[in-house]
Amino acid sequence: MGLNLIVLVKQVPDTQNITGEAMKEDGTVNRAALPAIFNPDDLHALEAALEVKEAIPGTKVHVLTMGPPSAAQVLKESLYRGADFTALISDRKFAGADTLATSYALKCAIEKIGTYDIVFCGRQAIDGDTAQVGPQTAEKLGINQITNVSSIEKVDPKKKELVAKRSIEGGFEIVKASFPLLLTVNDEEYVPRPPSVIKMMSYKNAGVGGDESAYDESYLNSAGTERNKDIISLWDIAAIHARVESCGLAGSPTKVKKIESVILKSEDIKMIENTGEAIADMVHELIADHTLG
Amino acid sequence: MENYFLDNEDILFHLKHMDLDRIITLREDNFKEAEQFPFAPLNVEDAKDSYAKVLSVIGEICGENLAPKAVEIDEEGVALEDGEVRYAKGTKEVLDLFAKADLMGFSIPRTYNGLNFPSIILTIAAEIISRADASFLNFGLQQDIGETLNKFGSESQKEEILPKLASGEYGSAMILTEPDAGSDLQAVNLKAHQDANGNWYLNGVKRFITNGNGDVGLVLARSEEDLSGARGLSFFLYKRDEHMKIRRLEHKLGIHGSPTCELQFNNAPATLVGERKRGLSKYTMWLMNSARLGIAAQAAGIAEAAYREAYKYACERIQFDHPILEFPPIYEMLTEMKVAIEAGRTLLYETARFVDLKEGLEEMKERYPEKAAEIKADLKKYSRLANLFTPLVKAFNTEMANKAAYDALQIHGGTGYMHDFIVERLYRDARITNIYEGTTQLQIVAAIGGVTSGTAAAIIDEYEQEDYSHVPELHKELLSAKFNFEKTLVGVREVDKKDFLTYHSRRLVEMATDIIQGYLLLRDAAYSDRKKKVAEVFIEKMAARVKANMSFILDDKGVLIDNYSEILG
Repeated sequence: MGLNLIVLVKQVPDTQNITGEAMKEDGTVNRAALPAIFNPDDLHALEAALEVKEAIPGTKVHVLTMGPPSAAQVLKESLYRGADFTALISDRKFAGADTLATSYALKCAIEKIGTYDIVFCGRQAIDGDTAQVGPQTAEKLGINQITNVSSIEKVDPKKKELVAKRSIEGGFEIVKASFPLLLTVNDEEYVPRPPSVIKMMSYKNAGVGGDESAYDESYLNSAGTERNKDIISLWDIAAIHARVESCGLAGSPTKVKKIESVILKSEDIKMIENTGEAIADMVHELIADHTLG
Repeated sequence: MENYFLDNEDILFHLKHMDLDRIITLREDNFKEAEQFPFAPLNVEDAKDSYAKVLSVIGEICGENLAPKAVEIDEEGVALEDGEVRYAKGTKEVLDLFAKADLMGFSIPRTYNGLNFPSIILTIAAEIISRADASFLNFGLQQDIGETLNKFGSESQKEEILPKLASGEYGSAMILTEPDAGSDLQAVNLKAHQDANGNWYLNGVKRFITNGNGDVGLVLARSEEDLSGARGLSFFLYKRDEHMKIRRLEHKLGIHGSPTCELQFNNAPATLVGERKRGLSKYTMWLMNSARLGIAAQAAGIAEAAYREAYKYACERIQFDHPILEFPPIYEMLTEMKVAIEAGRTLLYETARFVDLKEGLEEMKERYPEKAAEIKADLKKYSRLANLFTPLVKAFNTEMANKAAYDALQIHGGTGYMHDFIVERLYRDARITNIYEGTTQLQIVAAIGGVTSGTAAAIIDEYEQEDYSHVPELHKELLSAKFNFEKTLVGVREVDKKDFLTYHSRRLVEMATDIIQGYLLLRDAAYSDRKKKVAEVFIEKMAARVKANMSFILDDKGVLIDNYSEILG
């Protein structure tokens, strides 16, 4: 019998290809200058799930993302690679969610799917770099979790357990855990597959089904053809039975106190004598302006 | 993210402006498969959108995976271990990516799990791949073999083999050349004989077989013992088994990632493809023409890579306090390279379009015999054009790629001669393109008939009917070059001297290519001011070249022909 797998993915600004226009003058991220991409670690998580699917016949891969309507792009990318089901968790009431509110919404969405065996997450997203959402979701679901997984060594669908290799400082450890279980996957061993162009052509017009009236995003209406129009499910706050007060800004205890735009500039070169005294003076100077210490 | 499709503005330019409507409609047989296959296009726009999306996947694999591995692939090369070929690690990894991305059945029909893409799109893909690594030939070969088998093979051959080519489970090879049958394939000597039950067996040696380790091969063999020459040759499908030994791999100047095998067939079972005695005249010629287009694309890719390397170096390299790009000899070389690449590319796509139209019409004739009369004239026209343009572009692009790689290395100076920069690899890799699938000299032989018999003149006259009001001055210059070409053709016909026409064939073919490229660049200039400048630079040099060729040919009294034997001794 096949397994039920869930992969949590995120669309992020491509912070790895920063250009000069990446930050606005007020210090916030200029999203227009940063292309939105599939969070890199999440591609590894998806690959891990797809490899389990290939190894165990009958296995289904469900991919969920929470985000604005444009985040449906990462779900399309997942379909191109072999996902069986995708859902976009999207509602204005989710806006401004921190990791706590995000993991709550994801927990509700996972429960909507019902029975599941393994939840795969990327280790962390390149925009916030918190690595918190995976572990928090597991806690909220009350299930086992293995973080920082580099590979799955063995899956036993009968015993409902798996053995994973997780990276730790200076080495790795082998961990066995039983289902249901959440894994956060790093980028060390899985090689994300390219999209299948056959699936890509099949799903390129995949649109988001459900109530579209809440949005004024032309993206949703650009499906262009009837074919695969409703292939991506749209789940709003009501659909996943989430409490409004636990979602979005309302459910987020994290408060941003101040955003500072740190710009490192090289200024004049200062030459010093190659003497113990001159070096000691320089060290004191660096400590004084907090460069050192 | 490196993407060798999306970063190539000239390819994007052509894809945007070229007329693909009829090609797509023919190829898709009025979009009948859309109901059967969710990935088949619904209309022309849908097909174009899919082409661009798929090319973008190839562009990314090539930019992100293949190009970074090319140095290692070149250094590691291939090896023969226990009678089996071992590819370089990088080649294997990228082959795996191509298979996972469902790309290996690029031009194979959807019924056999392919994508059913036309030649024009395959040509773009082949260029992108070769820019990353010209030794990655498996993809292009697979399409040539797949298409040939699809066109001429039996239903059972197709059903057995094509899905496995499309999935990448099988690799493939075209097995033609022998030690004594290179350019002259009529001399092929590998024997095919039948047993009492009618089963065919192959015996003999084949040489210089690219990817000869492939799981399936199309083999040209002598099936008629008593018939010499082309009439004694038939075409066979061979599935790899213990009756064929890979005797050795060649150590080559370039394309190190591609295994070039010597094969020994020892009573190896094979099945006949198509009809007996048509092995060379029909099937091999068809396969070779499709492969020649692929090599023209491969050459364009190498030239593109060489240009980019040279341009980057010329911007970065400071001598005499200036980037060397600022010096006339350097910017002339770079501009000539760029203009020649764009002239080659526009000719390449025009050729691929003719091939697609010819193939599409042939297919239509087969499916709807009642329409044969209606399309007869067009089919004849595009067959002639495809047959003329294929050798033209193979000759032009492969010589151009060699020149581009040569100049790119020159721009690098001493550094370029070193192994540290990739330009030396491009220089080595380019060198095979004007040799294999027929040397340039053989392309001239294949093209000269079309140049002198009127096919070239007819298409040039057709181009002349297009609107060039956006470039009146350039058009005038081109017209005068066209006149010089026609004058030369008339002049040559009047000379009654042995070898005269053959001796001047290369120059005549080059003149025809020059004029055709002039028109194509003027056509492109309608869409962009930059293209106008490209056309201007091209036509200025071309007009002088055509004039020089004309005076040399028309003034020639046969000095070299008469004296060569005495000079050579």
